[in-house]
Amino acid sequence: METTTTTKGYQPMEYKSEEGRLKIFGFWIFLGAEIVLFSTLFATYFVLVNQTAGGPSGKDLFEIHIFATETFLLLTSSFTCGLAILYMRRNSMKGYLIWTIITLLLGLGFLIMEIEEFAMLVEMNAGPTRSAFLSAFFTLVGTHGLHVTLGIFWVIGVMIQVIKRGFTPVTSRKIFMTGLYWHFLDVVWIFLFSTIYLLGVV
Amino acid sequence: MRLKTGYVAIFFTMALLLSGCSSLKTGVLNPQGPVAKEQYDLIMWSIILMSIVFVAVIVLFVYMLVKYRAKSTDEEYVEPEEKENKWLEVIWTTIPVVIIIALAIPTVKSTFKLEKSPSPNQKPITIQVTSADWKWIFKYPEQGIETVNYVKIPANVPVRFELNAVGPMNSFWVPELGGQEYTMPGMTMYLWLEADNPGTYIGRSANFSGKDFTHMQFNVHSVTQSDFDAWVANVKKTAPKQTEAMFKELLKPGLVKEQTYSSYPDVDVNKLDENGKPILEPTTPHHHGTTEETKEEKKPENKSTDSHSHNHHH
Amino acid sequence: MKDFLFNFKMPEHFLVTGDPLIYGAQVSIVLASLAILFVLTYYKKWGWLWREWLTTVDHKKIGILYLLASLLMLFRGGVDALLMRMQLSAPNLNFLDADHYNQIFTTHGVIMILFMAMPFLIGLMNVAIPLQIGARDVAFPALNAVSFWMFAAGCMLFNISFVIGGSPDAGWTSYTPLAGNQLDPGPGQNYYLLGLQIAGIGTLVSGINFLVTILKMRAPGMTLWRMPLFSWSTLITSVIIIFAFPVLTIALALLTLDRLFGFHFFTLAGGGSPMMWANLFWIWGHPEVYIVILPAFGLFSEIFSTFARKKLFGYGAMVYSMLAISGLSFLVWVHHFFTMGSGPWINSIFSISTMLIAIPTGVKVFNWLFTLHKGRIEFKTPMLWALGFIPVFLVGGITGVMLAAAPADYQYHNSYFLIAHFHYVLIGGTVYGCIAGLVYYWPKITGFLLNERLGKWAFWWFTAGFNMCFIPLYIVGLKGMTRRMYTYPAGLGWETWNLIATIGAFGMGIGFIILVWNMIYSFRRGEKDTTGDPWNGRTLEWMTSSPAAEYNFAVIPKVKGLDAFHLMKKERAEGRKEETPEIKPIHMPKSEGFPVVMSAFMFISGFGFVFEWMQIGAFGLLGCVITMIWRSFNDYDRDYYIPVEEVKKTELAAGRRV
Repeated sequence: METTTTTKGYQPMEYKSEEGRLKIFGFWIFLGAEIVLFSTLFATYFVLVNQTAGGPSGKDLFEIHIFATETFLLLTSSFTCGLAILYMRRNSMKGYLIWTIITLLLGLGFLIMEIEEFAMLVEMNAGPTRSAFLSAFFTLVGTHGLHVTLGIFWVIGVMIQVIKRGFTPVTSRKIFMTGLYWHFLDVVWIFLFSTIYLLGVV
Repeated sequence: MRLKTGYVAIFFTMALLLSGCSSLKTGVLNPQGPVAKEQYDLIMWSIILMSIVFVAVIVLFVYMLVKYRAKSTDEEYVEPEEKENKWLEVIWTTIPVVIIIALAIPTVKSTFKLEKSPSPNQKPITIQVTSADWKWIFKYPEQGIETVNYVKIPANVPVRFELNAVGPMNSFWVPELGGQEYTMPGMTMYLWLEADNPGTYIGRSANFSGKDFTHMQFNVHSVTQSDFDAWVANVKKTAPKQTEAMFKELLKPGLVKEQTYSSYPDVDVNKLDENGKPILEPTTPHHHGTTEETKEEKKPENKSTDSHSHNHHH
Repeated sequence: MKDFLFNFKMPEHFLVTGDPLIYGAQVSIVLASLAILFVLTYYKKWGWLWREWLTTVDHKKIGILYLLASLLMLFRGGVDALLMRMQLSAPNLNFLDADHYNQIFTTHGVIMILFMAMPFLIGLMNVAIPLQIGARDVAFPALNAVSFWMFAAGCMLFNISFVIGGSPDAGWTSYTPLAGNQLDPGPGQNYYLLGLQIAGIGTLVSGINFLVTILKMRAPGMTLWRMPLFSWSTLITSVIIIFAFPVLTIALALLTLDRLFGFHFFTLAGGGSPMMWANLFWIWGHPEVYIVILPAFGLFSEIFSTFARKKLFGYGAMVYSMLAISGLSFLVWVHHFFTMGSGPWINSIFSISTMLIAIPTGVKVFNWLFTLHKGRIEFKTPMLWALGFIPVFLVGGITGVMLAAAPADYQYHNSYFLIAHFHYVLIGGTVYGCIAGLVYYWPKITGFLLNERLGKWAFWWFTAGFNMCFIPLYIVGLKGMTRRMYTYPAGLGWETWNLIATIGAFGMGIGFIILVWNMIYSFRRGEKDTTGDPWNGRTLEWMTSSPAAEYNFAVIPKVKGLDAFHLMKKERAEGRKEETPEIKPIHMPKSEGFPVVMSAFMFISGFGFVFEWMQIGAFGLLGCVITMIWRSFNDYDRDYYIPVEEVKKTELAAGRRV
């Protein structure tokens, strides 16, 4: 593993260039804006949660085994994503690839389950046009799902670039940023899980 | 030189303003009831406080401009080492705080006071106001009569207006009697007003509601209690009854003239949608939960897609 | 699938017809476009346009693009305003009918706030901020181009509604249920939602970009507490943007879902909440007011200090008061609907929080006044606009405090009193600030000085017209005239005041024309700014040549205190010897084509969704995503070095010591 000899001591590769540092900092701020975005969606959800218009409420719809499995998949993927970055830091292409692919598979599994859940709800005449509650539910959970989808494409894209170019300051920065993004989605899911699903079934 | 032209222009505008003052005694500045009077007093108090600020800043401003303008005699100007002054900062932070406290206290007092009847010892009258595209409907639940685009109230009697809307929001505003309140679909709000004397006051909608919003002007006729009672009796005797079909027709977008009815149908406008159609709660085949009170309102023969199919484009 | 791909539902009126005004606009748009195409082709300027402007990532050029677009939008919004004033000049006029009037006041509001004021200020930030903090560019130059082109795409989309499909007509606030599908079907309101959404992305990206730039790219020695006030205000504004704009994104998205896909966020059926729109809109909307006012405050601070030839009075108090204002800006939104029945407790709390804003604002005004104290005030045009700001903003501010008193607001709300108030604040604060900033930075942008005489004429016409226009509106407001009326009956005592206001509005128009004429004139006859420091400036941007070289500074300056350039000049005058640092090769970003391509796809997507042609909308989004993927795969070798020789040559050509 390469280490720099600056006075600051060890610096990971993605932080070595000025550009890398700026972009990672900017990305943190972007995630701040994302937090506001999701907070707003959470707020609309809680305003409308009881507006079921005579239709089903969360209690009628949320199935513990589905969202528990979803949670398990996504939390595990966050862990494996962390491992992938650890192997990147150790300059191990093989470790990075293995853990990234596992992360992707877990993410994909999560996504498929969510899509099935949505399809099931629509089937039950509990789609987003059914009531204000369901509009808010689909929009909030769907926005998270859309983020996961984009995340999967992004991780794949970065992976291809890494395979082509190896670990460079640029590619390692990209890996690091996708990692941040992935963990962020995990954190959002923890809120979704606890305040929407868990409170919904209680 | 240019500066002077500017001052002349500003002076001219001020002069114009002052000359117009005599004609200002209409609308908000011509309060004709206790609610408007309360608000008028608050407005005047705020104008006094703000005038102090205005004069102070303008005097300081003009002083600085005149005293420190660049002159040909001070070419040798050397920048003074003046950075800040703690005491000045404290002063011009404290004075606004004091002024704001002086304004905030009566503001809060009035805010709470206006929630209640302006004449608590007197028996109030209730009038239900509904705004629809683009008209005002006034129902008198105690008298059982209805008027459209005008309202008659007894003078010196507190009036509790209960406000709601069919379709877009409007705002019910009679400046000479008091401030406004929104009319909102699906929820009822209220506004207390009272007229001191018999007279006619103009009201209008203050919130944009579409094409003919501009024409949502109406008259409030304040009359003595005995005239009011005679008018009600007369309406009961002579005016037509309003059927549900007539009411539905009235809700359709458009302009109508003043109307008077000796009765009105029992329609809960809070259960109408944006287009004045009843909000129907559709049945859900897979519905296995229990929601309590909403159930009784259900009309099972309809589905939501029937009443607003234009929502669904996919 | 086939159904999805080839289903083009046409709205009732695709091209807006039936009105000579619109026909005229359509013809002139077509003619102007043809003329531009012809000129570009005839003079073989396509390559130049692509290389120098469409693909530029240079903050100075992006700034110019922003400024050009906002001046154009100021014109468009101004024409809207004059049309409205003409319609209202006398009672019962039929110059415009209700439908047209409703569209015009809606586009006037949206354009002035989102497509004029904000891009104007972001343009000035682009022009000045990197120079002011001693940087070579913003943190993310390519993203900066994305910001501009997203804004441009949103702005274009919003503006074509005038001729294709019809403009939105539910007011710039677009309250539901009026703006919902049930009461306002058709493309107009979709234009509002999608145009703002696309432009909003650009703004959010700008916010992030400037925050990172200011926090991370300041010249050595420039601590936060040595930053000029315009940089401070931009920093604070960026933070507000980052916290406020996601709320707008969501509000617009939810209403779009309601309108296009039958969701129930704001509808009465399905249990939606129309009032939630008002809340979401103003949770963004009130901070938005400060997004457009704080940068203006920053500009005024620079200008007062420069033309009074004195250090800004109470620098620390100025910064803290801006921080206080930005915090409070998120805590006052309910004052936009005191009359919506929130109850006495909520109204009282928001009354007081609103009044509190007067305290930091007052502190700022007094500090500005004391900056003049013992100074030597030169009445150059930028200073005139800055000085003019004080009394007019004062009028706006004190009427703002009056409006903050909830019970009194019951009498002002939605009346012309309110209209007069926020125009006094937004014109007196923001527009004065924009023009002051433009005139101040004009030599830095173009290398020419504006004509002082014409500049003063423009100022006095505008100021006189402005007061003449809006003082009467306070009065008709108190006389019961409500906003958004397309006409009014005679006999209510409103006629004279309205006529005066209309005359005033035309005075402002004349001021604007003189301003624009002055710009054109200065290009041909303006005095050249050879020093780079025409105003005896105090901050680093005046250290560079006018216009600044592509790389801004041949050598990054070292900052020793507040008003860094002023200190350097002082040291030089005292005869202290300057070290001549060595010029090194300069690292610069290459031009990028993807921002404009991506925004073009975004425009296509938006246009598709406006007409609910989902396949076009999806195609545009797909194009956008593909462009992003392409950019990610080509994110290598995006920079180059300017060799020392070339830097020296450029510096010598600008008459600088090397």
